[in-house]
Amino acid sequence: MKNHDNHISSYSLNLTVLLILLVLTTTSVLAIKFHFGAFTVAVALIIASVKAAIVLTYFMHLKFENLLLRLMVSGVFLLFAIVVVITFIDYYFR
Amino acid sequence: MNYNSSPTAPLNFLNHKTGLWSWLSSTDHKRIGLLYLYSITIFFCAAAVLGLLMKIEKFAPGETIMTAQTYNGIFTIHGIIMIFIVVIPGLAAVFGNILLPIMIGAKDVAFPKLNLFSWYVYITGACLGLYSQFAKGHVPDAGWTFYVPYSAEVNSNIVIALTAAFVLGFASILTGLNFIVTIHRMRAPGMTWFRMPLFPWSLYATAWIQILATPIIGITLLMVIAERTLQIGFFDPALGGDPVLYQHLFWIYSHPAVYVMILPAMGVVSEIFPTFSQKPIFGYMPIVFSSLAIALVGYFVWGHHMFTSGMSYQARWFFSLLTFLVAIPSAIKVFNWLSTMYGGSVDLKPPLLYAISFIFLFTIGGFTGLTLGSLATNIQTHNTDFVVAHFHYIVFGGMGFGFFAAIHYWYPKIYGRMYNIRWANIAWAILFTGFNVLYFPMFILGLQGMPRRYFDYDPKFQTGQMISSIGAFILIIGLIGMISNLVYHVRRGAIAPANPWHGVTLEWQIPSPPPHENFDEVPVITRDPYVFDNPYTK
Repeated sequence: MKNHDNHISSYSLNLTVLLILLVLTTTSVLAIKFHFGAFTVAVALIIASVKAAIVLTYFMHLKFENLLLRLMVSGVFLLFAIVVVITFIDYYFR
Repeated sequence: MNYNSSPTAPLNFLNHKTGLWSWLSSTDHKRIGLLYLYSITIFFCAAAVLGLLMKIEKFAPGETIMTAQTYNGIFTIHGIIMIFIVVIPGLAAVFGNILLPIMIGAKDVAFPKLNLFSWYVYITGACLGLYSQFAKGHVPDAGWTFYVPYSAEVNSNIVIALTAAFVLGFASILTGLNFIVTIHRMRAPGMTWFRMPLFPWSLYATAWIQILATPIIGITLLMVIAERTLQIGFFDPALGGDPVLYQHLFWIYSHPAVYVMILPAMGVVSEIFPTFSQKPIFGYMPIVFSSLAIALVGYFVWGHHMFTSGMSYQARWFFSLLTFLVAIPSAIKVFNWLSTMYGGSVDLKPPLLYAISFIFLFTIGGFTGLTLGSLATNIQTHNTDFVVAHFHYIVFGGMGFGFFAAIHYWYPKIYGRMYNIRWANIAWAILFTGFNVLYFPMFILGLQGMPRRYFDYDPKFQTGQMISSIGAFILIIGLIGMISNLVYHVRRGAIAPANPWHGVTLEWQIPSPPPHENFDEVPVITRDPYVFDNPYTK
């Protein structure tokens, strides 16, 4: 971590991120009205994952951290995604 | 607790402060490790007695010393204590805490207060587990796996037991977090990643599993509580849920949890084989990467616990394939440990006896795991005593004997005193014999069709059950012999030199017991961890 290089985000950036998150929340609520069949949960998870990624990147300052930390967090996301996909292999083919 | 209280004894972590409060408030990683050791030992002894009671019940068919309901309660609390309170924290919380900072050249873990907090969280969870036995109502009887729909419907203290497991998970997460940060940030100058000994490497792989997998079981257990108390339909089909989803979520954590148990044990024996062969470890890099590979691939094999649950065929063969793949890194380690001994100056002291036993028992557990991981044979052996035998060969034979190897290896370092070697050898022989007499017949019983978790059985199984029960008594005698030797010599053992086994990793370069802050000056590391150029090397 770059302890010596603290990053201070601007209000405008934080506000923009907040607005994007609100739009995505609205989208996930509105998405219920459409019938995606077997992919309903996948749509909800994808929107939620995008929101989580934005929060991590900007609000939790991952964007301003070093490569190792970014890779570690990305690896965790990838792992979680694989676990979800494998679980759904069962549901999709059952 | 007052160790080495002689006025001439040099100050060390055991005696630099005295009194109970100095222990309960200590942020010294070594003292916290000992707090875990004593807590875990007490719970282990209690759960071992429960295991013996089950075996006494099974000595003859029919009801002998307890009712079926009592038996259900006993195997449940035996499992909860052994898994969540003893085995999962086990090696990492005890020997990880005591030795990780020393082995990487640090004065403490990254977050000492969080470390102490973890122990209090652990004790809180353990007490909740005990409370579930004594609170008003029926004792939990759903097994340590808490499978729905039974656990969501049964009228017993399941919610308290679930809360206990939930709280214990937090202690595990906090310890894992502490270890990852410690290893990343606090290695001594010159200790590059590949100069780090193998026990810290195994703790690193374990810690990642702890922080990534444990939250899943936490959420899952909360979902069961929500279903029981708020009637939210996660798992109950009548409420729109799916019981197989519980099994997925439970095993997404609980299979990697097996690696939380076994990886540190692999790290322990990776320290013991070079020391007692006086030879560098064979295949340092393959052992490092196989630890990471086990941690990674171990995440994706959970479905082999569910082959008969009604899961789709595609998912079953997918999990079966991955299960076979995870055997590869484990086998790599076994070959490397054996190769380390080959041509070495092998000294059959108690730690090495336990380490060799670890390989023997873990290999039997591993091969029978492949039987269970294969789709066809799984149907024959699923939910039989074969599974119980396999599981105990892996967890007790693997983690348990790894733990015993660790305590015999680092005992003189921790206490500055030596146990009786002859006594330890005899106890090992009894323990090893008892273990195999107890658990091996269960493979045969399982293949013959003896279901697990049944308090009664068909008389045709009696011979195997009797042999197994006799093995339980032998095992308990061995345990008593081993523990009494270790406890007795904490105060009365001969003073141990700083490096009685002629080890070369950092913990053997400091006095025994270690000073409060481990090192007077932070060491500078200039070479690989297993270079045996000391005077003892041939």
